[in-house]
Amino acid sequence: MARLNGDNTRRAEKLLELYPHKRSALIPMLHIAQEQDGWLTPDGIGHVAELVGLAPAEVYGTASFYDMLFTSPVGRHLVSICTNLACLINGAGELLEHAEERLGIPPGETTPDGEFTLEEVECIALCGEAPCLAVNWRFFGSIDTAAFDKLIDDLRTGRLAEKVPPHGTLCRVRRTVGLTTGSDGQ
Amino acid sequence: MTAPKIVTARVGVAESWTIDTYLRKGGYKGLRKALKMEPAAVTDEVSTANLLGRGGAGFEAGRKWSMLRKAEPVYLVINGDESEPCTFKDHMLLENDPHQIIEGTIICAYAVGAAQAFIYVRGEFALGIERLTAALNEAYEHGAVGRFVFGSGFSLDVVVHPGAGAYICGEETALLESLEGKRGYPRDKPPYFPAVIGLYGQPTVVNNVETVSNLPWIVQKGGKAFAALGEGRSTGTRLFSLSGHVNNPANYEVEMVKTTFHDLIYDDEYGGGIRNGNELKAFIPGGASAPWFGPDQVDMPLDQDGVGKAGSMLGSGSIVVMDDTTCMVRAAWRITRFFHRESCGQCTPCREGGGWLDKVMRRIELGGGRESDLELLLDVCDNIAPGLSWPPQKTTICVLGPSIPSSITSAIKMFRDEFLIHIKDGGCPFD
Repeated sequence: MARLNGDNTRRAEKLLELYPHKRSALIPMLHIAQEQDGWLTPDGIGHVAELVGLAPAEVYGTASFYDMLFTSPVGRHLVSICTNLACLINGAGELLEHAEERLGIPPGETTPDGEFTLEEVECIALCGEAPCLAVNWRFFGSIDTAAFDKLIDDLRTGRLAEKVPPHGTLCRVRRTVGLTTGSDGQ
Repeated sequence: MTAPKIVTARVGVAESWTIDTYLRKGGYKGLRKALKMEPAAVTDEVSTANLLGRGGAGFEAGRKWSMLRKAEPVYLVINGDESEPCTFKDHMLLENDPHQIIEGTIICAYAVGAAQAFIYVRGEFALGIERLTAALNEAYEHGAVGRFVFGSGFSLDVVVHPGAGAYICGEETALLESLEGKRGYPRDKPPYFPAVIGLYGQPTVVNNVETVSNLPWIVQKGGKAFAALGEGRSTGTRLFSLSGHVNNPANYEVEMVKTTFHDLIYDDEYGGGIRNGNELKAFIPGGASAPWFGPDQVDMPLDQDGVGKAGSMLGSGSIVVMDDTTCMVRAAWRITRFFHRESCGQCTPCREGGGWLDKVMRRIELGGGRESDLELLLDVCDNIAPGLSWPPQKTTICVLGPSIPSSITSAIKMFRDEFLIHIKDGGCPFD
């Protein structure tokens, strides 16, 4: 819960090199900060602001626009249940109700042990397998109440650790090349 | 004759997202051929193909490229921010064929003279971002991206840029703002086209993921071969996301115009009919922003202009099928809630009108509706999109606001009685 650590600072600085204007690196950098701490801490926002050359308030102002960026703590597993049309007409309402009962929290809240945050989300583009959900943005389709219970058990016991990294981890593949064309690239 | 699979040829093939599979299945041949042509000749092929943008607006890609203001540098931005409800084709392409997107991106950059391209991917698509990033690393190593692509004089850098969750960033000017590291606020128009003032104020081409996925095939087989598929202005094949109450909801690549909504919904090779043998009640032909169609319009071909003339649109290529067990008030309310939630808040008609409509729809569905509510709904809709015509009139910076009335006006027009029963009985008859 702090500024970016050494490795993440280097990752963030490398991001700056990819864009003609520093500020373009802001959102990818916020993903790194969120990967490190699970959410955007004031110190993390402050460090990112320094790196892109903005005031922390400007970074906060941008971050608060986006649904995936959290400026308050969330659970280790962010369970995002889609209730948009294709899911709605295929039982998403019942699934959400079941999830609330099973986890003992309404959407927007986190279980007391910090394991799960539940949220109701808009379409997550898995409509061929409605109703569907995502955990830390890893997708699970055709989820009935039994499948939901099994999923929660698997997450608790760590059986899905490979598919579902902790909340905030967006991309586990690192870019291996910088910009190669330079100014005389054309 | 069955139409070829242009953008989904590798979907379902083992490890389809790796460069080994991609090369084994003919990958990067389109790019090699393009590099031997003049850039303008590549644009000509795409114009001959009459490739219409697959993101929603359906603008001719070749024309878009030709409209670029003459100034350096030119940027290319690929829109992979797929968030239109019930649209899931780009999600599939990103996860299953990232190299095809990269190859299309390079071909497009070569044609328009861009030295840097950004692929903006919806932040929620974690696996897609991982596969696209891995594929881009492979492509650099293969010499398909970077300095002197395949030994030619053309150089290009490509950056995979993740979004962070905001439907509005699919609107191209909002996407550019987001790519510049700001809130995703759509820009005032004019200028209407990023081709004039785009990323960092420079001329910019913004193309959809599916649009550029067509380019390797078009360059290899020629624009004429593409234009020979489909009919009129709707050429080639197109991906349709079929969801809702069909037996086989999925993405289907079909030849435009030659295929009808009925084919897609009922044929065994596609939707396989309505679940449980139920009756079709209504369907949405092109995303949440599109006015609805009834069973009497199901024989209409998948033709961009034809559907437009019939008062709706193919839009994002998403078709939602609703059977006779569906509460149309609830369906329309859910779409309204979506738009209200996703409004960026810049324009009053959208920000306030969306919330108002959401509240009124909610009270009708939950049993607190009043007889005057139908007129109230239509009045608020009329304030957002005056005249309630199609395509809608705008009172806002972007089309999100004017998209809100579609579901409500469709539901009231087609299922007025259902609203009245909700109001009279004080609740939802489908509960």
